[in-house]
Amino acid sequence: MLLNVRDLDVRYGRVHAVKAMSLNLAAGEVVAVLGANGAGKSSLLRALLGIERIAGGRVEFDGKDVTSWPASRRVKEGLVLVPEGRRAINALTVEENLLMGAYNRRLTSAVKKEVDEVYDRFPNLAARRKSRAVVLSGGEQQMLAIGRGLLAAPKLMMLDEPSLGLSPRLSEEVFVAIGELSREKNITILLVEQNTHRALEIAGRAYVVELGRVVAVGSPETLMSDGTMLEAYLGQGKATSAMSKRLKVAS
Amino acid sequence: MSGYFEGVLVLLAINVVFAYGAYLPLAAGQLNLGIAGFAAVGAYGSAYLSDTFAIHPILAIPIGAMFAGLIALLVAVPVLRTRGIYLALATFAVGQIVRAAILNLEFLGGAAGYPVSAFVGLPVVLGFALAVIVVVMVLFATRFGIALRAVQDDERVADLMGVEVRGFQMAAFILGAAVAGIGGGLYAHHFSYIEAQYFNIGLSISIVLYVLLGGTQTAWGPLIGATVFTLLPELLRGSASLRYVVFAAGVIVLMALRPQGLLTRATIQRLFDWRNPPIPGVPMASGRGQ
Repeated sequence: MLLNVRDLDVRYGRVHAVKAMSLNLAAGEVVAVLGANGAGKSSLLRALLGIERIAGGRVEFDGKDVTSWPASRRVKEGLVLVPEGRRAINALTVEENLLMGAYNRRLTSAVKKEVDEVYDRFPNLAARRKSRAVVLSGGEQQMLAIGRGLLAAPKLMMLDEPSLGLSPRLSEEVFVAIGELSREKNITILLVEQNTHRALEIAGRAYVVELGRVVAVGSPETLMSDGTMLEAYLGQGKATSAMSKRLKVAS
Repeated sequence: MSGYFEGVLVLLAINVVFAYGAYLPLAAGQLNLGIAGFAAVGAYGSAYLSDTFAIHPILAIPIGAMFAGLIALLVAVPVLRTRGIYLALATFAVGQIVRAAILNLEFLGGAAGYPVSAFVGLPVVLGFALAVIVVVMVLFATRFGIALRAVQDDERVADLMGVEVRGFQMAAFILGAAVAGIGGGLYAHHFSYIEAQYFNIGLSISIVLYVLLGGTQTAWGPLIGATVFTLLPELLRGSASLRYVVFAAGVIVLMALRPQGLLTRATIQRLFDWRNPPIPGVPMASGRGQ
């Protein structure tokens, strides 16, 4: 197992955002975490990266207990987060943003080659390498965020809502890119998404979370067919037939 | 070289050093209004060493700077827990404490001031200033500089990328204090006399102004800011008592017209990178998120 999470708890004051979540990822897998707003998905990723305090449980990454490690050490170990809302560093150029991704690595020719690889993958970034990140469009910022994540030499890349705020065409591009990373570079992917349909297209497995708990786990086919998804998104017993029809149409 | 011209050059070099002392923490997003206090530690520390132990100023000044860095290290932990305006107030308080402490220390002359017998001339002052400029420039050409700017722009994202944000802020604060200490040591050994009253909040504010007016985006900003705003009052000397009014008006106009400072990264890019002009912010067709 590349990532093994046991009974993870995250609290914000009296709010219990993540309740005894357990999940695991084998190397090379693409796993989605699905759930409605406020289900605890982002809190889970932030706790895994180590920027949210872990109130209980245990996180094992690549055979090491990283539960009490600071974020910097986890990043160095290859546990990388592409944050929600992209979060480019606006004051820096595109290239400097990418180099910041490699912050915990020695600046070798390998890193420079990887920067060029990112430019090959996302030609829009190459055209703007000297521009400040603030001039990028939403889609380009997402490319930059993924490129920055790649420069950290990830074993596991966690992506928080990569399609948020993007047009359908750009979301499609982003998901294609994520699929390619998993296949070509053998990077394990943990994907948090609201866009259930797209996420399940590239994921081999998915966890469904509701109010801070894992309520289901399985292959995309089982989850879509047994109605778990509907309950997680709409709340137990509220999945009226009209809504279920609409969701089926959407997928 | 006339004595006047030499005097202006010395003042300019010392102000540039002070400006870099304030620039380092500012580049990490921290306003240090106690910078004059750290300059005072460097001044008194080096003066005491050269006076009492007959250590050569060229050695005593860096040791004095290390004292300033040490004091900064001691106060960094509690002071850097505060942010924004509170950080400014906390550093202001540190500066006041240093000044009050010196006023009450008999062996540093107290309110009567401290005469310094060892002397450094213009070449030594310029040499130190040049060394400070080179070190800061080199530092900012590395990823340390990029990381500092990342921390200044968005602490939380820098954190995501595995940058030890707090470590960087501490390093910038301590290094800035040491640089200010060098400025203090140079001042002490050139003007041969120091008193606590010189290292007051007015000095801190002037130093911070050099940096803000020069621009915090690049490591050239403090150099330009300190140069322009040291020389400007001298050039305005002809208008006698009005010169500070003209100077102050100039500061206000600059702040209004160019709040980012005289020198920005875009300006430098235009000056040095004219073969590869930056692509202007062409809005993209689609997908502008958030």
